[in-house]
Amino acid sequence: MGPMVCSTGGCETVQLSEYAVFFGLPVAFHGTVGFASLFVVSLAGLQDAWYDNRGPTVLLSVLSGIGVVFVGYLTYLEAAVIHAWCQWCIICAILVTTIFLVSLFNLRGWRPAQEITAD
Amino acid sequence: MAGRVNMKAFYGILALIAVVGAAAVWMASQGSSDAITQIMDAPSPVNTEAFPGYVMGSEDAPVEIVEYADFTCDACAAFAVLQGPDVKSRLVQTGVARWRFRGFALNQASLVPLHAADCAGEQGKFWEMHDQLMFRQRDWLRSDPGGWMRTLRGYAEEIGVDLDRYAQCMEEGRYASRIMATREEIVALGIGSTPTFDIGGQRAVGAIPYDQVRALVDQAMERNR
Repeated sequence: MGPMVCSTGGCETVQLSEYAVFFGLPVAFHGTVGFASLFVVSLAGLQDAWYDNRGPTVLLSVLSGIGVVFVGYLTYLEAAVIHAWCQWCIICAILVTTIFLVSLFNLRGWRPAQEITAD
Repeated sequence: MAGRVNMKAFYGILALIAVVGAAAVWMASQGSSDAITQIMDAPSPVNTEAFPGYVMGSEDAPVEIVEYADFTCDACAAFAVLQGPDVKSRLVQTGVARWRFRGFALNQASLVPLHAADCAGEQGKFWEMHDQLMFRQRDWLRSDPGGWMRTLRGYAEEIGVDLDRYAQCMEEGRYASRIMATREEIVALGIGSTPTFDIGGQRAVGAIPYDQVRALVDQAMERNR
């Protein structure tokens, strides 16, 4: 019979720390709301009503920008205070940063659809 | 617009991901509960020093078996049920060794049974609660943690603790910060799994058989000679 064990790791250490709660709610809750809003804004931007509107793109940049600041803070906490890494937190940080960079890129090259097809 | 033709497939795939994702989240959330938050958001910690654990056996026993374990861990329950009785009768009761149990919280769910054991331990009934939790782990662990508080209170009643005092202890989350401080200390010792045993300075990881415990105890006695 091989050794039976149960293990703990970085994600448990992070989740058990006082920093897993932000303003009375689990950090994961804030993350879910954040990603859901990015999703809704992205979908809205694809609709006919908003297709020629720069608004969704700007909003996406702002929201994901806030996200980058938040995950930056959380990543700093993992490194310098909690001294543990959770792979799910890292994945979220990478995703939010990617969304932010892509939205910036999109913002810079944004032109109304009519202009593009007129070329 | 040329892109419109592909939107239906896009939305179709999105909807599929949404349904699968919602199902996954719902299934995972079956593990969360108020019971856990109650302990986690403890308002008034008694102290925040790490806890040395509960000891069974004589102070004069030459060897100490330190077990780091979690009540939600099936390997720890396996050890308690299969090897525990031998450790008790052949090592502890014979005065060869004493058994020190140190609760090690692996994750958030671990806090609830550990806290229940501490509330029972406060009334001198730790080992009785330990046996309830380990021997009946299959019963309570598989159920929804929302029901754990009820089940654990039932065990507390069976072992004969003062239920009002136990309930008050659980409600206050009195030992939550102590459990966390203990976890930190144990992690700092380089331990990341349960059960882990420190016997006379030698470490063994996993639900080791009694014979291996005995061998480590014998080695410790040899070194002490």
